Amino acid sequence: MAEGSKDRGGPGPAEPEEDSPNMIVYRKMEDIVTRIQDEKAGGVAIRTVKSFLSKIPSVVSGADIVQWLMKNLSIEDPAEAIHLGSLIAAHGYIFPINDHVLTLKDDGTLYRFQSPYFWPSNCWEPENTDYAIYLCKRTMQNKARLELADYEAENLARLQRAFARKWEFIFMQAEAQVKIDRKKDKAERKILDSQERAFWDVHRPVPGCVNTTEMDIRKCRREKNPHRVKKSVYGVPDDGQSQPSPVHVSSQPARKPTREDVQKEITFLNTQLDRHCMKVSKVADSLMTYTEQFLEYDPFVSAVDPSIPWITDDTTFWDLEASREPSQQRVKKWGFSLEEALKDPAGRDQFLKFLESEFSSENLRFWLAVQDMKRRPHQEVSSRAQEIWQEFLAEGAPSSINLDSHSYERTSQNLKDPGRYSYEDAQDHIFQLMKSDSYARFLRSNIYQDLLLARKKVNIQLYSLSAKKSLFGGDLLFNFHGQDF
Amino acid sequence: MSQDPLEGCRISAGKKSAVSLGKALHPPNLLVVVEGTCGACVAASPVSAPEGSCSYNVAHHHLCVCVRVCMAWQGLQKGETLASLKQESENLRRKLEEERGKLTDVELHQVAEKVETVAALSIKTRRVLKGHGNKVLSMDWCKDKRRLVSSSQDGKVIVWDAFTLNKEHGITLPCTWVMACAYAPSGCAVACGGLDNKCSVVPLSLDRNENVTAKKKSVAMHTNYVSGCSFTNSDMQLLTSSGDGTCALWDVESGQLLQSFHGHTADVLSLDLAPSETGNTFVSGGCDMKANVWDMRSGQNIQSFDNHQSDINCVKYYPSGDAFASASDDATCRFYDLRADREVAVYQKDSIIFGASSVDFSLSGRLLFAGYNDYTINVWDVLKGTRVSVLFGHENRVSRVRVSPDGTALCSASWDNTLRVSRT
Repeated sequence: MAEGSKDRGGPGPAEPEEDSPNMIVYRKMEDIVTRIQDEKAGGVAIRTVKSFLSKIPSVVSGADIVQWLMKNLSIEDPAEAIHLGSLIAAHGYIFPINDHVLTLKDDGTLYRFQSPYFWPSNCWEPENTDYAIYLCKRTMQNKARLELADYEAENLARLQRAFARKWEFIFMQAEAQVKIDRKKDKAERKILDSQERAFWDVHRPVPGCVNTTEMDIRKCRREKNPHRVKKSVYGVPDDGQSQPSPVHVSSQPARKPTREDVQKEITFLNTQLDRHCMKVSKVADSLMTYTEQFLEYDPFVSAVDPSIPWITDDTTFWDLEASREPSQQRVKKWGFSLEEALKDPAGRDQFLKFLESEFSSENLRFWLAVQDMKRRPHQEVSSRAQEIWQEFLAEGAPSSINLDSHSYERTSQNLKDPGRYSYEDAQDHIFQLMKSDSYARFLRSNIYQDLLLARKKVNIQLYSLSAKKSLFGGDLLFNFHGQDF
Repeated sequence: MSQDPLEGCRISAGKKSAVSLGKALHPPNLLVVVEGTCGACVAASPVSAPEGSCSYNVAHHHLCVCVRVCMAWQGLQKGETLASLKQESENLRRKLEEERGKLTDVELHQVAEKVETVAALSIKTRRVLKGHGNKVLSMDWCKDKRRLVSSSQDGKVIVWDAFTLNKEHGITLPCTWVMACAYAPSGCAVACGGLDNKCSVVPLSLDRNENVTAKKKSVAMHTNYVSGCSFTNSDMQLLTSSGDGTCALWDVESGQLLQSFHGHTADVLSLDLAPSETGNTFVSGGCDMKANVWDMRSGQNIQSFDNHQSDINCVKYYPSGDAFASASDDATCRFYDLRADREVAVYQKDSIIFGASSVDFSLSGRLLFAGYNDYTINVWDVLKGTRVSVLFGHENRVSRVRVSPDGTALCSASWDNTLRVSRT
C-alpha cells in the first residue's frame, strides 16, 4: 500500500540524482543482482566450471537465475522470469559469457555478473575514441575468445576512417591498455575481459538489439550527469572535440517555497478540510455498481453481437452503431442515467422527440444550445450567448424556460460580460430539472418502451448526412427552432 | 559594544502597528517589549538611525530605536512567519490525513471480494502498424473507432486507418520528439506537439494530393516541451500540458490562451479530461509526483494527490468520471476516487520494477491496461487489485496504451517503432 506522507518540513529534497526515474530502476536491478550473488542469503552458487582443457571462473547457469527470480520475486510463469532476467542482462548487469546478445536463457547457458565499475548507474556515456581503443586492443591480443565479430570488425573499419588523423594516438592507447592487462592474473583477466566486453555490448549493442542506454528526453535533465559530459573508460583526457548531447534545461529552476507558496498551500489545505467526502465503503459500492452495470457493454469482458471487426474483418458491428438504429442493448443504456441518454446521439434525439410530443422541449433545447455555444470558437461565443438569451430567457422569449429567480439573476449578471461559462448555473439547474422530471417520464413513455422492448422497428432517420460523413460521428448543429431535422 | 545592540535579543512583538518602548537591559539579555506607534510603521519610510546610536534613552531615541526594532522585528517577522506558516501547513496536512483516514473504513479490494472474478483473458495482437522510422511516442484514436493518429521521435505524425493498415496522412514536423498527438472529435483534424514547445492543429483533407503539413497551424505556445494535448468536446478548444510546469487551454481558431493552470512544481507529463458531457474538470500528472484535478473555468486546482514516489507519466479518468488512475516511474499504477478524495488502490508486483508509462480503462472500467518500460502491458482488475494478464510482444518500451472509443480494441505504441492493436 502507499507509504506515508513524505517529509515535507525537511531541509529540501534528497540527492536529486538518486530520485531520478532512471536511478530508481537501476537501484532495483542492482538490489536483485546483489541478492542473487549473496549465496549465504539464498543466492545462487557462483562457481568455476571445467570446460575441455580450461576452467571457466565465476559463472552461474541461466536456469539457476530463472529459478531464483521465480522464487524470490513471486513469479509464477517462467516466461516472465526470463523476460525480466533478459532485461537485467540487456542493461548490462549479467551477461552470457559466449554471446554478444544480452538475453537470459532458461538452460545451462553460463552467465557472469558485471562489475559495479561498469554498472549503468555510473552514467557512462563512452566516447567513440574509447570504443576505438577497445576494438584496437582486441585485435592486438591473440586470443580466440577475443576475436572480433563481424559487426565489430565493421565498426572498427568505420572508426579507422573517422579517426584517421588520430589513429596513431588510439593505437598507442590500445597498446598501453594491453600492457596493463598483461600484468593481471590469468583467471582475473578472463573475468575482466568478459565484463569489459559486456559493457560494450550495452553501449554499442549488436545491430538489431535494443540499446538500453537510450533515454526518455523528458527525464534527461535530472540525470547525475545531465550534460552527459563524456568521461573516458580508459582515462583518456577529453580533447575538447566532443560536444555534450543536447539536453532540455528546465525553464523552472527548482526553488525553495516562498511565503506565498506556503500560504497558497494553507488555503488549499483548508479548502480540502472543508470538503465533504464520502466514505471509501460507499464509493467502493458505487464503483462496483457502475462497473457491473456496464460489464455487458465491455467488449473485453463480454461477448459482442454480431462480432468484433478486428477479428473477423467484418465491420457490421460499426455500421450498426452508425446507422442510428439502436439495438435493445443500446437503448437499455439510456435508462442508466440522463447523462448516458444524452451521450448517445440517438438517445438525445429520442428524448427530444418525446419532449416535443409533450410540448416541453425548450429545456432540452436550451441545454443543447449552451453545449453548442461552449464548443464554438472564442470570438463567436459572445454573440451566441446573446442569441440564447433572446431565445430562451428574455422577456417574451419564444422558447421560454423556467429558471429560479436566483439563477436568473446570476445569469443576467453574467450576460453583461458574456463568456463560455455564463450559463453554467442555468444549465445545471435545467439539467437537474430534466433529470427529476421529464427524464423519468421519458423512460416510462411509449417512445422509449417501444424501443426497449423492440415492439416496433423504428427507422430513425434524423440526418441528411451521407453515410461516409456519419462515420465520424460529428456533433449536430441544433437550430433553435428545433424543427424537422 | 556589538554592532547591533539588539543582536541576540528576544523581541516579543505585539500588534504590528503598536510598539512601545520598555526597559532596556544590557544585551545579550535584552528584552525589548515594543508597543505604541512605531515611527517606521506610521511614516512612509523608516527613519534612519543616526550612526552610533546605541543607548536606549527612551525620550531621546524613541524614534530611532523604534525604527530599528521595527525593522529588526520585521526581519524576524519574515523568518518566524515563514517557519510558522510551514508549521501550520504541516499541521493541516496531518489533520487532513487524519480526517481522510477516518473515512477509510474499508479497502476497495475487500469490498470487491464479492464480485465475480474476470475470466482469464487471452489477448492477441490483431494488427501491427509499421511505418514510423523511430520510437512511437504517442497515439490517439479517432471517434470513428478505427482511425488513429500516432507521433514519433523522428518528427513524423501519421494518421492510419488501423483496420486496413492504410496510412492516410503523413505530417512532418520540424522538430524531433513529437510527444503529444490527439484526434479532433470531428475527425477532421489532428493536434501534435513536442520539443518545438508548440502544439499545432493540422486539418485533414480528404484530398490525398493535398500537402497536409502545409496547413499546419500553431495554436499552443509553451516555454518548454509539450508533453500532452487533448481537444475538449469540440474541435475549437485544445488543452495542453508542458515541461514548463503548466497546463493551458487554447482557442484553436485564434490561438488565444483562454486559461492557464499553475500549481505543479515540475514538468507536467500528462493530462486527461473528465468524460462528462457537462464536465469542466481535468486531471494532470507530473514530475513533482502529484496528480492534480483542475477546474477549467477558474484555473483553480481543486484536488491533489501525492501518493506516488516518482514521476507520474500518465493519468486517465475512470469511465464514470468519479475516479482516475495514474502510472508512474515508481513501477506502480494507482487508483483514486474523487468523492472520497483518496487513493483507493495500488497496482504493483515484486516482479514489476520498471516504470509504468501509460494507462487506460476498458469500457466498463473493470480492467486497467498499463504499458511499462519493460516492454510489457499488464492488465489489472481495477476492483480486486490483482493482475489479470500480461502481454508480451513489443520489443522496446511501451510508450502509450489506449482503448478504442467503443472499447473493442487496445492500441499500444512503442519505442520499437510500431503500434499494435490487440484484443481478446
